[in-house]
Amino acid sequence: MNKQKVAKYFGWKLVRFIVLMIAVAIFSFVLLDLSPIDPVNAYLHGAAVSETQRQILQQYFGTNVPMTEKIFHWLMDLIQGNLGTSLIYRRPVIDVIIDKFMASLALMALSWILSGVIGFALGVVAGKNKGSWIDKAVKVYCYAIQSAPSFWVGMLVLMIFSVYLGWFPIGFGVPIGVRSTDATFIEWATRLVLPTLTLSLVGLAPITMYTRNELTQVLSSDFVLFAKSRGEKGWDLVKNHGIRNILLPAITLQFLSFSELFGGAVMIEQVFSYPGIGQTAVAAGLQNDVPLFLGIVVISAIFVFVGNLLADISYYFIDPRIKENEFND
Amino acid sequence: MDKLLDVENVSISFIQYTRGLNQRDLKVITDLTLDISEGEILAVLGSSGSGKSLLAHAIFGILPENARLNGKIKFKGKELSQEDKEEIRGKGIVLVPQSVNFLDPLMKISDIAIGHCETEEEKKAKKIKQREIFEHYNLGPEVDDMYPFQLSGGMARRVLVSTALLADPDLVVADEPTPGLDEKTVQETLNHFKHMKEEGIGVLLITHDIHAALEVADRIGIFYSGYVIEIALKEDFSGDGENLLHPYTKSLFKALPANGFEVVEGYQPLHGEIIEGCPFYDRCEMRFDRCKVERPELTDVGNNKKVRCFKYEEGA
Repeated sequence: MNKQKVAKYFGWKLVRFIVLMIAVAIFSFVLLDLSPIDPVNAYLHGAAVSETQRQILQQYFGTNVPMTEKIFHWLMDLIQGNLGTSLIYRRPVIDVIIDKFMASLALMALSWILSGVIGFALGVVAGKNKGSWIDKAVKVYCYAIQSAPSFWVGMLVLMIFSVYLGWFPIGFGVPIGVRSTDATFIEWATRLVLPTLTLSLVGLAPITMYTRNELTQVLSSDFVLFAKSRGEKGWDLVKNHGIRNILLPAITLQFLSFSELFGGAVMIEQVFSYPGIGQTAVAAGLQNDVPLFLGIVVISAIFVFVGNLLADISYYFIDPRIKENEFND
Repeated sequence: MDKLLDVENVSISFIQYTRGLNQRDLKVITDLTLDISEGEILAVLGSSGSGKSLLAHAIFGILPENARLNGKIKFKGKELSQEDKEEIRGKGIVLVPQSVNFLDPLMKISDIAIGHCETEEEKKAKKIKQREIFEHYNLGPEVDDMYPFQLSGGMARRVLVSTALLADPDLVVADEPTPGLDEKTVQETLNHFKHMKEEGIGVLLITHDIHAALEVADRIGIFYSGYVIEIALKEDFSGDGENLLHPYTKSLFKALPANGFEVVEGYQPLHGEIIEGCPFYDRCEMRFDRCKVERPELTDVGNNKKVRCFKYEEGA
């Protein structure tokens, strides 16, 4: 492998990324424009105004120009990094998103790692002991949690740990009446525990089931049969052949779950009133904040793209077959 | 003297769900008996899909969970339990598998060949030995760092044979080692087995390739519908086949292009549709009435030969 190949590889990824971003930007804009959501009405909040005043506002928001022109303006602004001003926060959209995204990032990153590690471990244990009580217990848990809506799981967690046991506060990012900049680390961290726990509990089901299935398949493969015929057994088989062969698909799945993570965060932040990007997205949607909503769509597209890109890169380090082929394309 | 490997009346069946929750016992191998001495190559010859590979798996104790094994498998006179098999596999008895699919796709060839080691010293010692054996089989140092998907067919074959020899085995079980290979590679592979034989290793060659079997084997066990119906000497496969005993073996020999290309009508009964009498009854030219209802046993006819046919029973 040489530098030229790597450059070419990332060059192609960049082209794909740009094409994707343009497509997402145009489609989401068109959809929003066709929807009944109207920035002028959102601004007015139903207040009675004269026709002239309304026209001035339409002029201000630029809603009375043809759609092609609107799209062009939107794309031009986007290229310059200008996402406009949020109607509900009265601040540049980009500032709002960065602010909220940081709060969500801790939540998402922690639960992503926790669900990945615990899910993989549970999957390996279940797959290794296929058919045993532990396997059955893991399966029942996964099916149950997979069928349950995440907000419901969040409510259960709230009821048990906050209401009945009283171990953790029931919500918000910081204590009520305290400015977010004044809150101590402990105050902030204790409020992060339950949302993280919920997101992890929900997120580990797919990765567990997937790992379990992959491992049982690997353990019944020809090469494990051969390893057995050479005297390897038990956990040695899992360690020497199992983990290596299931790690790649598991990592892929976990990176691909970035999109679900985002969706899950929207729900969970709502349940726990956690002031992150998810709650902001819901607020923007409900209060017709078009610029903020579009901004979040674009950011989440980037987020998911980065997740997939990281999965692609991780292949390279784990699978020698891809090491050989991928960069030759 | 004790034989190296004695397989006595082994049967393997699978529990199969038919309709709903009804189970039935599907016998794939009904009665398999054979033996191998040191420095001997015994070929088990049977058609594809007849369950020959299961014999290999039974010897190593790696049958699928839903398989049931009956009968005795003795190694150096000692009957092997599942625990014994787990202890002995990879040491006294080694497997030469069918194809490159039996190698872990994500492991380097030398690591696969060395296998699992408990200590660093063990690994180092094995690494040196692996290099020696690879060198002997014309596998250069660059092969050590390759992955299975990078091997050519011939290289893969040599790697598989080398992995077997790393353990200093007494017995090598080769499961279909020749299909899909070109003439030269087949020849090369068979030569490896001949060399093993010269070093006193017993070889069980499981194959459907009658030419390969005739080329290297000392004795050939004919496998038909889950039974060993005859164990013949290689020399018997000559002339008109007059020294071959079982009617099926005779017809098999005559079906070879060089010996008349005669084909017997019919097909081998599939697993589960074998009649209670002789499995060859339907196609046999010299059958007796009792063959339909009574099943002949594999009987010793001297000179290390065995046959399962009433025709050769004393007083018949």
